[in-house]
Amino acid sequence: MDLSTFLVQCLNAVQYGLLLFLVASGLTLIFGIMGVINLAHGSFYMLGAYLAFALAPWFGDLFLVRLAAGVALAALFGYLLEWAFFSFLYERDHLQQVLLTYALILVFEEMRSILVGNDVHGVPAPSWLAGGFSLGGLMQYPWYRVFASAACLVVALALYGVVNRTRLGMMIRAGASNRDMVRGLGVDIRRLYRIVFAGGVALAALAGMIAAPLSSVYPGMGSSVLIICFVVVVIGGIGSITGALIASLLVGVVDTFGKVFFAEWSGVGVYVLMAIVLVWRPEGLMKRGA
Amino acid sequence: MAPEAAVATSDEVVADVGVLPDIGRHEAGGWTVPVAAALIVAALPLVISPYGQDLVVRIAIYAIFALSLELLVGATGLVSLGHAAFLGIGAYATVLGSGDSGGSIALLVPLAVGAAAAYAVVVGALSLRTRGVYFIMVTLAFAQMAYFVIHDTKVGGGSDGIFLYIKPTLTVAGTTLLDLDDRRALYYTVLGALVFTYALIAMLLRSRFGHALAGIRVNEQRMRAAGFSTTPYKLAAFVVGGALAGLAGFLLAAKDGAVNPELLSWHESGAVLLMLIFGGIGSLRGAVLGAVAFTLLRELFQSEALLGPLASHWQLTLGLTIIAFVAALPRGLIGLGARLRGVARG
Repeated sequence: MDLSTFLVQCLNAVQYGLLLFLVASGLTLIFGIMGVINLAHGSFYMLGAYLAFALAPWFGDLFLVRLAAGVALAALFGYLLEWAFFSFLYERDHLQQVLLTYALILVFEEMRSILVGNDVHGVPAPSWLAGGFSLGGLMQYPWYRVFASAACLVVALALYGVVNRTRLGMMIRAGASNRDMVRGLGVDIRRLYRIVFAGGVALAALAGMIAAPLSSVYPGMGSSVLIICFVVVVIGGIGSITGALIASLLVGVVDTFGKVFFAEWSGVGVYVLMAIVLVWRPEGLMKRGA
Repeated sequence: MAPEAAVATSDEVVADVGVLPDIGRHEAGGWTVPVAAALIVAALPLVISPYGQDLVVRIAIYAIFALSLELLVGATGLVSLGHAAFLGIGAYATVLGSGDSGGSIALLVPLAVGAAAAYAVVVGALSLRTRGVYFIMVTLAFAQMAYFVIHDTKVGGGSDGIFLYIKPTLTVAGTTLLDLDDRRALYYTVLGALVFTYALIAMLLRSRFGHALAGIRVNEQRMRAAGFSTTPYKLAAFVVGGALAGLAGFLLAAKDGAVNPELLSWHESGAVLLMLIFGGIGSLRGAVLGAVAFTLLRELFQSEALLGPLASHWQLTLGLTIIAFVAALPRGLIGLGARLRGVARG
């Protein structure tokens, strides 16, 4: 492998890892704070990708406006879904949460099939991000991928700022380490739940919207992301944003280079990584609370 | 969760642990009901069509699969979302072990069960280092790993799966005693396997081992304080559950004559958990009842004759039914009986 190929793979690894982070951070927060295991989280990623597809004709080249509109719609959807469905799950045990969110996946998949059909659709990247820059020799790296990494990085930094520097973030962190104490201190926990859930849905949908021009949109795209995100959460430690970031990047590197070196067996690499972490630190790299 | 349980009513505490306190406690009638049910099913081929027999065989295989998971979820309190991996490994081991000229049941059953058990040892040893929601995610992830190996590599014929051209037989000294290509032979083999599985798990749960599992489910901390090393017990339950799922996989491969990677997919793992909750967690009869209810429901929702155009959207009807069912009857069909008796008593 020459240097330019190596560089391209490194950039791909980081870009994939950052995209995973957007989905996994919402998942880890929703579990860490509300104690709900949400199998339908991958569906929100799919929702974002299909929103990107559906909104594309409306906004033309106003790509950033399209992203903002999609995120706003997804957040609203998440807010309503928490109110109508998830708020009833908190008192149920994990088994019932698994089944109810599993049922939700079936419903979402079928709705998608009814509304959009089962075809694979391409989503165009904006024209101002067309082309790429040269990475030595014949290698070209597309600008859109650079944009995807940069956008995810900005969102990740913003998320870090919100969680670590604001009052809302303080409540989120407190909620992740001890829910009952936060409730006991008089924080309106229902509102906090609703905001975190809407935020998690918006993040996953944003990831889907950014990924749509890269991967195109197709049925079942949610479940593969969901399972990789479970791996990320297990490696990073539940409820930890920093852990999710480190784990996402690790998974991105292992998956990308696995595909280069082991082709056929590449699917296994990520799970081997998870097995190693489980043996070494069963609670994840960044353990939260006591 | 623990602080909430302290102020909850006893009913909610049970819900919090996830299972009923005493497995088998409410199984009124002892052995009479299961034995009578087995005898009725044994007599069924006299009156039902070949299609009906195939349906019974399918249900019985899923009942074995559900019972094998009941040992983990209901008896030990381990919610695994990766149980389909063991079913799939058992099925693939059967087909790969058969070769071109067919295989012997005496060889293939130990092979299928052994392969599933071996994977269960590895997955169990790793995933039992975690608990609760971590355990759910880790079992799902390892099942997905098995799925990818079968789906992406040449080991199992890739995404198309493989055909089993010659069904397993049992031949002793030149005479064929059992040929699973024969519908009736398959029917009684599957029924026998179901009776065996049911009896084995019922016996396990009555033994000291089963009581230890119940103790772990209700309060693992206390079990450890009482001097039980709990991990070997949990691992043993995980491996036995995986091995029995491998047996179901063998039967499924022998019935369908083909395997494909979807056997290992997490939709199957979710479906078998659904069977348990349909029937009612914490009861062996519930697991069998749930397998019956779920398989029939899936047939019904996919039947165009009965539902017309809605049949092509069966995932929607199934999803909404699950939501309604879990919301209204958290204890399953078995719990419905208890609830009705409660209402009758006032």
